[in-house]
Amino acid sequence: MTEMTAERKLSALEERFPGKVSPDARPGYEGFTVAPKDLLEVATALRDELGYDYLSSVTAVDYPEENVFEVVYHFYKSTGGRALVLSAQTPRNKASLPSLTPLYPAADFQEREAWDLMGVKFEGHPDLRRILMWEGFDGFPLRKDWKEAYYEEEHKPFAARWPEGAVRRSEDLNAFSGNVAYSKEFMAQPDKYEEEAEPLLYAKLNEEAEKMGRNFETDFVTVNMGPQHPSTHGVFRMAVMLDGETIVALKPVMGYLHRNHEKIGERNTYLHNMPFTDRLDYLSSMSNNWGYALAVEKLMGNRVSVPERAEYIRVIMAELTRISNHLWAIGFLLNDLGAFFTPSLYAIEERELILDIFEATTGSRMMCNYFRFGGVARDFPEDSWNKLKDLVNERLPRRIDELDVYLTNNEIVGSRTTGVGVLTPEEAIAYGMAGPVLRASGVPYDVRRADPYGIYESFDFDVAVRYHGDCYDRYIIRMDELRQSLKILQQAVKRIPAGSVLDKNPYNVRVPAGESYGRVEGPKGELGFYIVSDGSANPHRYHVRAPSFINLTALEKMCVGQKVADVVVILGSIDIVLGEVDR
Amino acid sequence: MYGKGILTGMKVTMARFVTTYLDDLRMLGRRYYNPAGIEYRRSKDAKGIFTVQYPEEKLPMPEEFRFVPFLIYDVMPDGSHQDRCTSCGICAKVCPPQCIWIEQTTNPETGRPVPEPVEFFIDIDICMNCGYCAEYCPFDAIKMDHNYELASYDRHAYHIFNKERLSQPAEYYAGIRPANYSREEAIRREKEAKKAAAEAARAAKAAE
Repeated sequence: MTEMTAERKLSALEERFPGKVSPDARPGYEGFTVAPKDLLEVATALRDELGYDYLSSVTAVDYPEENVFEVVYHFYKSTGGRALVLSAQTPRNKASLPSLTPLYPAADFQEREAWDLMGVKFEGHPDLRRILMWEGFDGFPLRKDWKEAYYEEEHKPFAARWPEGAVRRSEDLNAFSGNVAYSKEFMAQPDKYEEEAEPLLYAKLNEEAEKMGRNFETDFVTVNMGPQHPSTHGVFRMAVMLDGETIVALKPVMGYLHRNHEKIGERNTYLHNMPFTDRLDYLSSMSNNWGYALAVEKLMGNRVSVPERAEYIRVIMAELTRISNHLWAIGFLLNDLGAFFTPSLYAIEERELILDIFEATTGSRMMCNYFRFGGVARDFPEDSWNKLKDLVNERLPRRIDELDVYLTNNEIVGSRTTGVGVLTPEEAIAYGMAGPVLRASGVPYDVRRADPYGIYESFDFDVAVRYHGDCYDRYIIRMDELRQSLKILQQAVKRIPAGSVLDKNPYNVRVPAGESYGRVEGPKGELGFYIVSDGSANPHRYHVRAPSFINLTALEKMCVGQKVADVVVILGSIDIVLGEVDR
Repeated sequence: MYGKGILTGMKVTMARFVTTYLDDLRMLGRRYYNPAGIEYRRSKDAKGIFTVQYPEEKLPMPEEFRFVPFLIYDVMPDGSHQDRCTSCGICAKVCPPQCIWIEQTTNPETGRPVPEPVEFFIDIDICMNCGYCAEYCPFDAIKMDHNYELASYDRHAYHIFNKERLSQPAEYYAGIRPANYSREEAIRREKEAKKAAAEAARAAKAAE
């Protein structure tokens, strides 16, 4: 969509709500502000009248100087186009806003996250519990006045490193003396203190179960799958309420791998964050790099430009990442189905060859840290370029076909996945699903086409889409995407121009004040980075819209009514990585 | 027919099983425990067993591979060691997990900083091997190593590397990263030649 039409649409919102919605006047901000009392009305109109049916990102920003929290919403149309950014402010000491979850279920986990980490209450949210931290945790860790256990200084680089260089281990600091807060309840009676998380969780499960109608003949059974369970591919827990073997209610419990990535990001300088993004979805570090680079480059505007060769390399790396990720996802979906390790090892072989290319080019197999603001770190060495050409033209197409023959028509795969975990297109959009999960439900939404970035517009490829929305379609769509990625790679390898790969590479990156949201189509879905800059060397706010995390919003919806063994398959078909879910 | 899909799939498994042995026989004795065999197993034509039997076999390291950094010193004609590091502190500033500590000194007579670090520490437990220090060092003084076998029995005693532990001669660097080394040396020589030419011109001007 061009700038012009977007502008016209945005002003339509102002016309519709004169006096209630006004353009954000702060320099560098692109959205609209709305008063909390009008938020629900405006959001309803956005969804029902203006077609912004896809709520991509909800996050809160702390502005201690103005003494407010601002909650920022990114709306999109599921037919494509640019974002509509809406923001509402609420005072810091009584932070509360109406919840959008009843209108957009996609807001469910994201509002819980904003409550958990920033302490903004959402009135009308059906289940406002902490989500990443544990119940009973004191304080809200993303607030600017909250300090972590190993707190050293507000921003990096730390003064102790140079020129005095007084080396010490951070664990030698007494971690639990001055800078950690315990709740009053805990301090009163530490040995009698009991956190409230479990009762709250089970109460919620029971509430859902009551809705389904308990009767006298059978009783419901609560089963905890995880945190240590082979199906969860990490540390992830599902509390499941069962009627016999049928699922009545399911609540995911996460945060076991939480490391407050966003707080670390706000202590870091802009450049420091790049290798940290590798560690989000550690199977696809290149896509993470790109999303972050895109957001920062957007803020930098015309101070930075990406050479054409670098744009091609970015596409090549992102598509190779998609292939290796999807191979992994397919392999481990089969593991979840009980085909123990033969299919996944066949799939991982090809991934290994892709990682060889990553290693020779970037220096690391998985933690690539390859993108820079204004290009990529270095060019392909010749031998890995030749390897790449052989791989995309010869070996990968052959091996993907073999995998297809091996699995696609297998009757066991079919009977375990067909009709399991169905999500209709309407539900998929409402729940904010992204990536293969959304497209397997018949919504042809791919950021590479819907809101193109980089040079994707110049490539010939199809947006893979399947229509049943079940686990089988979520498997087969990954096969389709493997082939589409190969198609892009074959074009890119042929057309890539010579030239430099990096504009300039200063170590002290400066970014003008403002906000930006960079999003890419990661292998797991729409990966977005929301950055607020105050013009200093460190981001004021750094938020990750993690597709794995938000795709879990619909997990309960997909599982209810299925058998307990299907939960494993459904979770496998979403393809989550806990590094990104828990951040 | 029900089961046809499974049977077709089993054919793939069977073919893989057979090729493993065919390949082993065809390359009898050359497939394992020798560099050519390892290279074959990671090529586009590789069939059969993919596994590299670490630690008996090791994958060859590509030049760009990066692990915990090291410091470079030049060996001067008189045999003394000259640190390339000037303790400017850029590596400590760009380090994302802040694992580099540099102690700078000042000359007690002039009060100006001495362009050589007194001490240089890297906590290798914190280092995330991102390679920024090597990328942004203006003096080519700190580079990423290829040695990844750094495990020890006591991390408290051994995992903070000091300057002595970190320092390596320039030949070591030339050995693990020949292409980078020759490129950087060419640039250094060019710079030095320019500097010498400028000095000669200045001297000539002064003589006039």
